[in-house]
Amino acid sequence: MKYFGKKLITLIMTLFLVSAAAFLAFQIIPGDVVTSILGTEATPEREEQLREELGLNDPPAVRYFHWITGVLQGDLGVSYRYSKNMNEMMPVAELIGDKLPVTLWLAAVSLVFIVVVSIPLGVLWAGLSDAAHGRSGGVMAGAGHILDAALGVVTQAAMAVPSFFLGILVTYLLGIVLGLFAPGGYVDYEKDFAGFLGYLIFPALSIAIPKIAMTARFLRNSMLTELSADYVRTAYSKGAGKRRVMYGHVLRNAMMPVVTFLGMIVAEIVAGSIVVEQVFGLPGIGRLLISSISTRDFPVVEILILYITFVVIFVYFLVDILYRVIDPRISET
Amino acid sequence: MKTDFHKKKKLSGLLFAALLIMAVLGGCADSTGESSGDNSSREPKGSVVVGIQQDIDSLDPHKATAAGTKEILFNIFEGLVKPDENGNLIGAVASGYTISKDGLVYTFTLRDNVKFHNGNAVTAEDVKYSLERVSGLLDGTPLISTMSTIQAVDIVDEKTVQVTVENANTELIYSFVAAIIPMGSGETAEAVPVGTGPFSFVSYKPLEGIVLAKFADYWQEGLPQVEEVDFKIVNSADTALMELQGGTIDLYAYLTDSQAQALKDSHQVIASASNVVQALFLNNAVAPLDDVRVRQAILYALDKEAINDFVGGGAGTLISSAMLPTLKDYYADLNDTYGTKANVDKAKELLADAGYAEGFDLEIAIPSNYEFHMQTGEVVVEQLKAVGINATIKAVEWGTWLDEVYNGRQYAATISGITCDMTPGYLLNRFQTTSKKNFINFASEEYDALYVKAQETLDLAEKAEYYKQLQKILCDEAGSAFLQVPANMTAISKELLGYKFYPVYVQDMSTVYFRK
Repeated sequence: MKYFGKKLITLIMTLFLVSAAAFLAFQIIPGDVVTSILGTEATPEREEQLREELGLNDPPAVRYFHWITGVLQGDLGVSYRYSKNMNEMMPVAELIGDKLPVTLWLAAVSLVFIVVVSIPLGVLWAGLSDAAHGRSGGVMAGAGHILDAALGVVTQAAMAVPSFFLGILVTYLLGIVLGLFAPGGYVDYEKDFAGFLGYLIFPALSIAIPKIAMTARFLRNSMLTELSADYVRTAYSKGAGKRRVMYGHVLRNAMMPVVTFLGMIVAEIVAGSIVVEQVFGLPGIGRLLISSISTRDFPVVEILILYITFVVIFVYFLVDILYRVIDPRISET
Repeated sequence: MKTDFHKKKKLSGLLFAALLIMAVLGGCADSTGESSGDNSSREPKGSVVVGIQQDIDSLDPHKATAAGTKEILFNIFEGLVKPDENGNLIGAVASGYTISKDGLVYTFTLRDNVKFHNGNAVTAEDVKYSLERVSGLLDGTPLISTMSTIQAVDIVDEKTVQVTVENANTELIYSFVAAIIPMGSGETAEAVPVGTGPFSFVSYKPLEGIVLAKFADYWQEGLPQVEEVDFKIVNSADTALMELQGGTIDLYAYLTDSQAQALKDSHQVIASASNVVQALFLNNAVAPLDDVRVRQAILYALDKEAINDFVGGGAGTLISSAMLPTLKDYYADLNDTYGTKANVDKAKELLADAGYAEGFDLEIAIPSNYEFHMQTGEVVVEQLKAVGINATIKAVEWGTWLDEVYNGRQYAATISGITCDMTPGYLLNRFQTTSKKNFINFASEEYDALYVKAQETLDLAEKAEYYKQLQKILCDEAGSAFLQVPANMTAISKELLGYKFYPVYVQDMSTVYFRK
C-alpha cells in the first residue's frame, strides 16, 4: 500500500512539473498563435477579437493558473485552432478522444506482432547459439552456426533501419509493388472497423520490425547468460528435455530484463509514433502533436504532453507489478 | 566490440544493397508500370480524391485566410462575382453589375434561380447580410480588410442591391468574390457551411480532410459532373507521391520537380502558371543591405536562369519586380535591368564602391517547410559566394518565420513566396513605406506618392501606367531580388478529365469527370 502511495505522489509531481515546463517552453519559443490562425491578411480588429477570445491578453501566470485549475476539475480546455462552430471551439478532450483510438489500436496491433514473433524467435535463436557454441549437444553445429550468424546480421539490419525509411519501404514494396494495400488508404474506424484494422497491419509492421529484432536479440542474450547457470545443468541431469529446459526454466528467468525492455517499447508506441503516423497518413496522436505544435495550439499540446508523460509512468508502474508476478521473491522485500 | 564493428560494416553494405534494389525496382516501375497496373483495373467511380497539403483553417468563408482553405471553399461558396480560368471576373450570384462614374456606388443585379444548399433561393436580404458581415457594418469587426470601405448596403428591389463605398477604388470589385451566405447563418457557418457553390458540405475531420457532395440545384446547368469530392490531407510530399502511385488520390497540385519527373509516365503532369512571387527578400533597413549598391550587387550576382533550371526544371517564369506576368495589362518586363544571368564583374564593382570589396556575411532565413525555397537557398548561397558574399542558410520553422521575419522584421535576408490574389495592385501596395506588410522596410517617397496617384485614378490605362512605373522604381532601387513565378505542377490520374487551371489559388472540381 505504501508502495502505491509513493508511486502515486511521484506521478502527480511529475505531471505537474512537466506541464509547467511545457507551458514555459511555449512562452519562450517564437511564434504567435493569432498569426498562425489568421495568417498575414487579417484585419487588426479581427486579430484583437481573437486574442481576447483566447484569453491571450492575460499575463502568462494567470493563464497557466486558469488552465491547471481547469484540468484539475476535469476540464481539459478548448483548442485554439479547431472550432466546432462560431461561438464554440473544439474541446481538447473531444479532439484527442477522436484520434486516440487510432494510436491505441496501432499500438495494440504492433504489440501483438512484437510479442508473438520476438519471443519464440529469441528462444529459438538462443538454442541455436547455444548449440553453435558447442555447449550442449553440437549435432547440428554447422547449419546452426550459419543460421545463428544470419540472424545476427538480419536483426542488426532491422534495428538500424530508420523508421521513416522502413515505412517508405513497406509502402513501396507491399503497397505499390505487391499491391497488398492502398498507400494512404486509411479507413475510418467508425465506418469500417475491419478495414481499419486491416490497414493498420502495415504501419504496425513498420513499427514492429525493429522492435522485434531488438527484443529477440535481448532475449537471446539474456537466455544465453541463464543457460550457463547451474540450475540448467541440474535440470538437464534430472532428465528434462531441451524444450522443457528452455521454456520451463530458462525463459522465465530470462524474461525479467526483457519485460523491462518491452515496457519501454509499449510506452513508446502508446505515446504515438509520430514518424509512422506521418508516413502512413494515420490521423493519430503523433500527427496531432506535430500539427498542434506548428500551429501553436497550446491547449492541445499541453494535454498531449501530459498524456505521454502519464503513459510512460503508468507503463513502468505496470512493469513493476509484472515483476512481482514473474518473480514472487521481489514483493517479499 | 570488434565483432560489433565488423557487423556494422556488413550492415552498411546490406543497406546499400537494399537501396540499390529499391532504385532498380523504381526504375522498372517507371518504364513499365504506367496504365497497366492499378489504373485500368480500377472501377469507374463518381468520387474524386484530391490530396491537399494543409488542414483547413476555418470553414467560415469570411474568416478563412489560408490559400489552401480558400481554394477548397471555392467549391462550396460563391460571391456576387467569381474568377474564371483566365483570371477575369464573371457573374456568379449576381448576373451583372454597374459601377457609378465616381466609383462610389456599385449596383448588383441578382441572378434568377440561384439556390443555397439548404434549398432556399438567394434573396437580396442574404446578400445585404453577407456584405454587412464582411465589412464590419454588422458588429464593428470587418472580416475582410478591403471591404471595410463599404459604407452602406441598400436593397433597391428584390433583385437589386446597391453598395456605397467611402473611397473610389477600381480594384474593389475583386473583393466581391466574398461568399454570399444565408441571412443569419454566420453563427453556424463554422459547423454547417451553406453556400451556393457546385458542391455542398458533407463532413470535415481535423487532420483527415473534408468531403463535399454534388449540389443538384446548382445554377449552372450540367455542373458538377462528379458525385463526390474528397479533399484528403496528405502531410508529407513523400506520402503524396506514393498515394498518387497507389491510386489512393486522383489529383495533387504543387508537386516538386523531382516528383513531377517520377510521375510523368503514370499520370497527366501539367505545368500551369502559379500566383506566387518568389523572391530573395532583403531587409532594406539592415546594414549592409541599407546601401542600394549592395542590394544591386546581389541582384547582379544572381543567375535566375540557373535557379529556375535547378529547382523548377526550367518551368518557372523569371521576373524582376512585384507583378504577376499573367496580369498582362499591368506587367512591366524589367528582366533586362540586371539581366537573368549572373554579372559577377558588375556585382564586384558595386560591392567595391560600397566599401565591401572583401564581401560580407549574410544570413538567409528560410521557412524550412518549403522545400522549394530551401533548394533555391542552396543555389543562391553558391551564386553569392562567387562575388565574395558569404551567405549562410538559417532554416526556421513556419510559425517562427511569421513571428520573427514577417511580423518582427528581425532578419537580413529571406527566401519566400508571396501569394497574390487577382488584384493587380495587391503586391505593390505592401511596399509603401508605412505599410504594415512592408516587411522588407522598403522606403521611397517617390514610390509612395506614385502609389497614391495610382489609387486615385479611375482610368484603367492610366492606372496600368502608374503600376508599371512603380514596378520600375522597386526594381531600380533593388528593393528585393524578385526571382520567379514558379510553375505549379499538378499530377492528375489518367482517368480524370476536364480539370481547369486557374491563375489564382482555386481547385475547381465542378468540371472534372471520369473517363467513360
